[in-house]
Amino acid sequence: MVSVKFFAQLREVTGTEGVQVNALDLDGVFIELAKLYPEEVIAQLRGDNVRVAINQELVNGNPALTAGDEVALLPPVTGG
Amino acid sequence: MNTKVQIQDAEFDVARIYQELREESAGQAGAIVTFVGLVRERNEIAGDGAAVDTLTLEHYPGMTERSIAAILEQAQSRWPVPWIRVVHRVGELTPSEQIVLVMVGSAHREAAFAAAEFIMDYLKTDAVLWKRERTGLGQTWLKSTAQDAVRAEKWRQPGS
Repeated sequence: MVSVKFFAQLREVTGTEGVQVNALDLDGVFIELAKLYPEEVIAQLRGDNVRVAINQELVNGNPALTAGDEVALLPPVTGG
Repeated sequence: MNTKVQIQDAEFDVARIYQELREESAGQAGAIVTFVGLVRERNEIAGDGAAVDTLTLEHYPGMTERSIAAILEQAQSRWPVPWIRVVHRVGELTPSEQIVLVMVGSAHREAAFAAAEFIMDYLKTDAVLWKRERTGLGQTWLKSTAQDAVRAEKWRQPGS
């Protein structure tokens, strides 16, 4: 199992801070999420402006995952 | 390098942090620049422009601190600014409250001013934080503005 975390508006559209899914890579995470949430929510989770971090490091592409990894979906940031 | 990043719900005391930095850099720092960001009662650019009831900041514990530490490392690679403090508040804030403190100590003021501005510009675009504004018109997750992107980008230009 890997843990998936949602922040800000993505937490609001999913209605949760996170879920646990079985996945071997990032594409597998989205396949599992598509079983849990309707298409319009998935579209937001996969938005062009959403960045993905694995164990708090930003990643691109479809990295492999190992059990216990933390996958975070990060909408556009606004600090300061 | 003497830097510290704190993310906290609680109010911060600028005078106390200044005194600490002053003692740590005593005799070596010739300048300490302090910037404090405050919650405005209207946000016409990123928000809906109506009177703000609350501004709520969300963070990702661990990653937020690291994203800010990375900005400070960049600042220290560009300017001789050994002493830096950043305090960023999270949770629910109301207009006139303090959101963020950037304090930079250096031997000379030029580096301290430049680094403080650089750090603030990148806190807007790179720090892992999210702001939600609540006004009489509803709730909005704020986006960083085109102006924020331009300000961060200008540091990448040759000669900046």
